[in-house]
Amino acid sequence: MNTIDVLKPGMLTSFQDLGRRGYEHLGVPVNGVMDERAHRVANWLVGNSATEATLEITLLGPVLRFNADAVIALCGADLSPTVNQQPIAMNQAVQLAAGSVLAFGARRAGARSYLAVQGGYALQPVMGSTSTYVRGAYGGVDGKALVKGLRIPLKDPTSKRVVQKLPNAPLFPYGVVQGAAAPIRLVMGREHASFNPHSVASLSSQPYRLSAQSDRMGYRLEGPSLQRDDAYELRSEAVTPGTVQVPPDGSPIILMADAQTTGGYPRIANVISVDLPRLAQRAPGDSLRFEWVDLEAAQRLWIAQAEVFARFEHDSCAD
Amino acid sequence: MDKVVTEWSLYPAGDRSLVVTFHHPELGVANQRASRFARHVQQALPEGVYAVVPGMESVALHYEPAQVLAAAQAKLATQQWLSPYACLHEQVEQLLTQPHTTAQQAARVQRIPVCYGGDYGPDLLDVAKRCQLEPEALIALHTQQPVDVLMLGFAPGHPYVGFFSERLTVGRRASPRTAVPPGSIGLANRQSVIYPMTLPGGWHLIGRTPLRIFNAYQNPPAQLAAGDTVQFVAISPDEFEYLAAQESSAA
Repeated sequence: MNTIDVLKPGMLTSFQDLGRRGYEHLGVPVNGVMDERAHRVANWLVGNSATEATLEITLLGPVLRFNADAVIALCGADLSPTVNQQPIAMNQAVQLAAGSVLAFGARRAGARSYLAVQGGYALQPVMGSTSTYVRGAYGGVDGKALVKGLRIPLKDPTSKRVVQKLPNAPLFPYGVVQGAAAPIRLVMGREHASFNPHSVASLSSQPYRLSAQSDRMGYRLEGPSLQRDDAYELRSEAVTPGTVQVPPDGSPIILMADAQTTGGYPRIANVISVDLPRLAQRAPGDSLRFEWVDLEAAQRLWIAQAEVFARFEHDSCAD
Repeated sequence: MDKVVTEWSLYPAGDRSLVVTFHHPELGVANQRASRFARHVQQALPEGVYAVVPGMESVALHYEPAQVLAAAQAKLATQQWLSPYACLHEQVEQLLTQPHTTAQQAARVQRIPVCYGGDYGPDLLDVAKRCQLEPEALIALHTQQPVDVLMLGFAPGHPYVGFFSERLTVGRRASPRTAVPPGSIGLANRQSVIYPMTLPGGWHLIGRTPLRIFNAYQNPPAQLAAGDTVQFVAISPDEFEYLAAQESSAA
């Protein structure tokens, strides 16, 4: 039987893919993986296309029993994964025998781990994506995070896929990836000029703390209050993951993968796209620092990353 | 042929989005320009743009910088670095200065049946009092003429429609509700919203439609889009229950 049984669901474990694109004008959020790099590398390691869903595992991992032989890979946060109580390596393809139980332990680094299974999970796309949107109750399986007792069907393995190995040299150039403690980079937001210069300065000079009220929709930050000098009225306008908006209380919120499509709060900044995966690996209570960069630098980094994706994903097209 | 739009600004909104805002002292006019431009861009989509998102007086183009760059490099037969934002900015400026014909796509007029007041619209009496109107007069103003779908946002399939008579100028509720039932019609600031699912909400609830305006499993998933026109029509509780039963058996 080509299935996985959910013995324990974990804190928040949900199917995510590259997101639900093209329905934003209807108010439909993009959803999708918070850490696109970890998701893509996990799929690549087991020979899947980048568009296959992975299981996004948050902080406390699930316990999963594989009812058939399988090849898996875990990337992103290190949550001390074990198979039949023996530790397994992150960032490489691992062969599992039927009956194996995958479990997780202490959080060593990061916040979100991505589990790819060779061949992929058998999910029904909704609006072109299998990403789970819990608030909208669609995507994944029944629009919900994993629940105890769920049986996850896997796609039938049609052909032997090529398992990949990470090279010794880093996949991504420095700059695209940075150390976990490096500042999160920002470009100026739409209403940047309406903020008090001290506020703009404190955003890049003072640390902020990731609040406990942070989730896939948005990260709330605790730190110096951000105030506007010119509080002109705003009309609702499109927002995206990475938008840093500031409600009247002055505490910034970074919109994340489940963000609504439009908003009316002033936007002081946008997190650059290559830094969203790093942000995805921060947990509530973590301290964050920010740094301003220009738009051109942000776009150069994003394209450098896209070139890496294109290169390694092209090499792995086995079928 | 519409008159060429002349007053707009372009901005980056992060490294994968470009926003055009339209300036006009009347929000309704700015909104119509935004809706019209959004439809125009949809039909002449620059390479690399994957979503066109109308706002109240703006249109955002979400794009893939690598694709915008590749298209620009191919066009100029160069391998040189070009700023993707600058390339797209130029293309959007061209689209803005082109006259956009919208005659062939006359706005869809959709009838939205609404049962006003009672349990369907628990704020009707209160909001009528605030507007210094009889409830019947408020309903008459709400159903008087077709209104525009200004934009969708806040939640999947959640439309903002307007603008109603100036006599329906009223703020939002002092205390927002934590759970508004699906189909509820909110009223504030000469606009209405329709709640597509159970959501928190701060608008005055004046009625409820039995129509299901968002269904993730249908194509298109949302019944309304920016630039459409809706006509609210008053129905009785009996009609509401009849239509609601029809909707749920169709689903």
